[in-house]
Amino acid sequence: MRETVAIRLTVNGTTVERDVQPRLNLVDFLRDELGLTGTHWSCEHGACGACTVRVDGEIVRGCLIFAVQLDGATVETIEGLTESGALAELQAAFHARNAVQCGFCTAGMLLTADALLRRDPDPRRETIRAALSANYCRCTGYHAIVDAVAEAARERAKRP
Amino acid sequence: MTGPLSSLDRPVSYIGKSVPRPNAKRLLAGRGRYVDDVRLPRLAHAAFLRCPYAHARLASLDVAAAVRAPGVIRVVTAKDLAGRYTPWVGTLTHFKGMKSAPQHPLVVERATWQGEPVVAVVAESRALAEDAVAQIDVAWEELPPLTDMHAALEPGAAPLHAELGDNLCFTRTIDAGAVDAAFAAADCVVEESYSFARHTGVCLEPRSILADFDSAAGSLTVHYSSQAPHMMKEIFARHFRLPESAVRVVCNDVGGSYGIKIHVYPDEMATVAIALLLGRPVKFIADRLESFVSDIHAREHRITARMALAKDGTIAALAIDDVTGIGPYSTYPRTSVVEGNQVIGLAGSSYRCRNYRAQLRVAFQTKPPTTQYRAVGHPIATAVTEALIDRAAGALGLDPAELRRHNLIPDDAYPWTTASGLKFEKLSQQAALEKLLALMDYDGLRREQAALRQRGVHRGIGLACFVELTNPGPAFYGVGGAPISSQDGCTIRLDPGGSVTCATGVTEQGQGTETMVAQIVASTLGLALNQVRVVTGDTERTPYGGGTWASRGCGIGGEAALQGALALKANILALAGAMLQAEPVALDLAGGWVVDRVGGNRRIGLDEVGRAAYFRGDTLPPGVQPELVATRHYMPRQYPFAFTNGVQACYLELDVETGFIKLLKHWVVEDCGRVVNPLLVEEQIRGGVVQGIGGALFEECIYDDRGQLLNGTLADYLVPMAGEMPDIMVEHVETPTAESMLGAKGAGEAGTGGAPAAVMNAVNDALAPFKVRITAQPISPRRVLAALGKA
Repeated sequence: MRETVAIRLTVNGTTVERDVQPRLNLVDFLRDELGLTGTHWSCEHGACGACTVRVDGEIVRGCLIFAVQLDGATVETIEGLTESGALAELQAAFHARNAVQCGFCTAGMLLTADALLRRDPDPRRETIRAALSANYCRCTGYHAIVDAVAEAARERAKRP
Repeated sequence: MTGPLSSLDRPVSYIGKSVPRPNAKRLLAGRGRYVDDVRLPRLAHAAFLRCPYAHARLASLDVAAAVRAPGVIRVVTAKDLAGRYTPWVGTLTHFKGMKSAPQHPLVVERATWQGEPVVAVVAESRALAEDAVAQIDVAWEELPPLTDMHAALEPGAAPLHAELGDNLCFTRTIDAGAVDAAFAAADCVVEESYSFARHTGVCLEPRSILADFDSAAGSLTVHYSSQAPHMMKEIFARHFRLPESAVRVVCNDVGGSYGIKIHVYPDEMATVAIALLLGRPVKFIADRLESFVSDIHAREHRITARMALAKDGTIAALAIDDVTGIGPYSTYPRTSVVEGNQVIGLAGSSYRCRNYRAQLRVAFQTKPPTTQYRAVGHPIATAVTEALIDRAAGALGLDPAELRRHNLIPDDAYPWTTASGLKFEKLSQQAALEKLLALMDYDGLRREQAALRQRGVHRGIGLACFVELTNPGPAFYGVGGAPISSQDGCTIRLDPGGSVTCATGVTEQGQGTETMVAQIVASTLGLALNQVRVVTGDTERTPYGGGTWASRGCGIGGEAALQGALALKANILALAGAMLQAEPVALDLAGGWVVDRVGGNRRIGLDEVGRAAYFRGDTLPPGVQPELVATRHYMPRQYPFAFTNGVQACYLELDVETGFIKLLKHWVVEDCGRVVNPLLVEEQIRGGVVQGIGGALFEECIYDDRGQLLNGTLADYLVPMAGEMPDIMVEHVETPTAESMLGAKGAGEAGTGGAPAAVMNAVNDALAPFKVRITAQPISPRRVLAALGKA
């Protein structure tokens, strides 16, 4: 159980090398090894979406993937995607629309919404609801989040 | 308008404006600071062995293997903590006759619910602590569980706590007017039984605590996910016999609370006890399963209710009998009887009816404790009352909206005292109902519903009027002996550059408390919002206060901020008057300047006032002592509570083949008094509605006969998700309370209080052609099919 495996991966554009226990999941790896506390764990069953991060361009549940599986992978988190500006329209729209209350689900919501807008730049309201339907938010009731994603889609359409 | 503007409607005011929350930007960037994000040197991690039975005696306990396990720092049992704390008892003296047994951080001899903490392992990491927990050798002697609350109250039922004599924690009856005579004379009597399942808060951030004891300094600092830091400081000092001055509670970002994070939990008390024992920081973060079996649960009521009416629809009498199960202990320090007490206090209170009888019985059982959760008691009282009204409308052949219109307390009849004794200063129920019916196009929806029924499409419309208790005064808890403050303070300081720093006793869990305070302070002092820095959630840095619960943040904390800002303004103008040789009354503040009250000419910048006060006192006239900090406190005194009101409507479609319910739309018109920030208020309402919908349709902690939780994961316990939720339209009526200058009453719980009633009425409206009704929540597809005889 205490044996470790060496992994080398790219996290938010930086190469990271660590010796990790096989049982260490990605969320704990990001939070405890790298200090990237913007990714949260909550349900630990892949049901709530709070731990959503991007691996090799696709969003995954960080609680359902082990760090040892990520040798050679490229991982992006809320911290890196904020710095790169990739989520800027979504973040601005969430802010203006008050689509964030306690903030614990927010990173996962933003990454999931971003994945939707990358495959469907002009989603219908029902499409947004369906795309977010595996991300749990206890505070907002979702209406404001749906509004914000729709607004962000309109803003993204103006990108040169 | 002539003459100078009041402090609330100044020319440049943020009051009533939809201002986004400045502090939300951190959360959007992944820069929140929740308890689990705090990393301290020598940090140790706690994990708990929990009792796997609902009721069992600890036969033997051997922790030797756990002590030897890798990374283990200490294994702590009840024996190790004996004498290091004072047990707590969840009773308050104003609830006459209530009783409960003492509680401990760890099971001493007997466990009374599945999930009760027994042994704590402290290790270098949470994973290592959990590994060691698995090495603990424990033997249990299983005792008979007591899961059913009616069985618990049966004569001769074995008392869960022998010293209490029976399983009745508390009972209360109300008998107002002439109930028997009204029922005897009624044209129509409807009677129904209702059940409301046990559910829980499911905060996305689990309960989290990091207790850090510095034995050299003798000081305890607790980083805590909590709604009430000052209350917990008091409790930690009291129960660990520390000087009050030695305890600091810090609440940074809180990842959802809704009433969950305002109670004393054994595992959290154990964490503090262990930090004191070890003299180093100890962290405990509940995992999801632990949350399900050890967070407080809520509701679990069975109610029988009767309503008497005259032919014209006038409600003549209401009678309800509520039995509620609260687990093995009443929670501390708020007690677990407030929920039931509010059910019987609030039922029927929207209406003119004077004949009211109610009985409440609160029972002990071997499940986790239940207690206050968002909208305490309101969803139950409202669901029962509003369901009876719809049932009566059906029996009398009257329209449900018309029946409500006929019975609501008239808007010009206030002040009003309800049959149960609640005092309403001023409500707007008639105006709210008319606004809602117009907003939803009630008549149009009824026509659409009728047309669709012809085609076999079954839609339902549900209405629910409600009142909501907010801003409780000291009569709510303080009078009964709880260290719970009904007042809050706000301290505001002018800094040398002309901005202000403001510290408040009310707390932020995402509602927008800090923004609300900043809006009020900025408006009063003529500043831009970004010139106001608000500090919350730290007992060492904020004035004493109760925190944020019972929808009190704006009504109490907002008024304290307003009064504090007015006091600081007076101090600034006094200083500026001395500097300018002007009468302070001839001056005002606007745009970061001291200006002439009439005409608005800029006289001197606030930065210049600040600099003179702090750095160039030599330039001030003799005898002038600047006081550029002011503190004011506020506590409602005139009424025991403020009351808000509102009405909700639900429109849904029911699939009679599958039992599935599709929520089409939801409407709310509510009156929270003065609306400081519509954007924030409306999201409080929407979030609350969805939490109420969760209880109505999805959420249930399912226990078997042995008291075992059957659905302890988020894959099994259903919560509302985006795909199933409707759009929610929100509008306001504003009836400010005259008790405060601000006039805000509170908005945090109105959504949750009314939604389950509206949803249940809509389901039953859709079922009307089938002559069946559902009166048990959550209304699952299985229950729908059972009602239709298809299950």
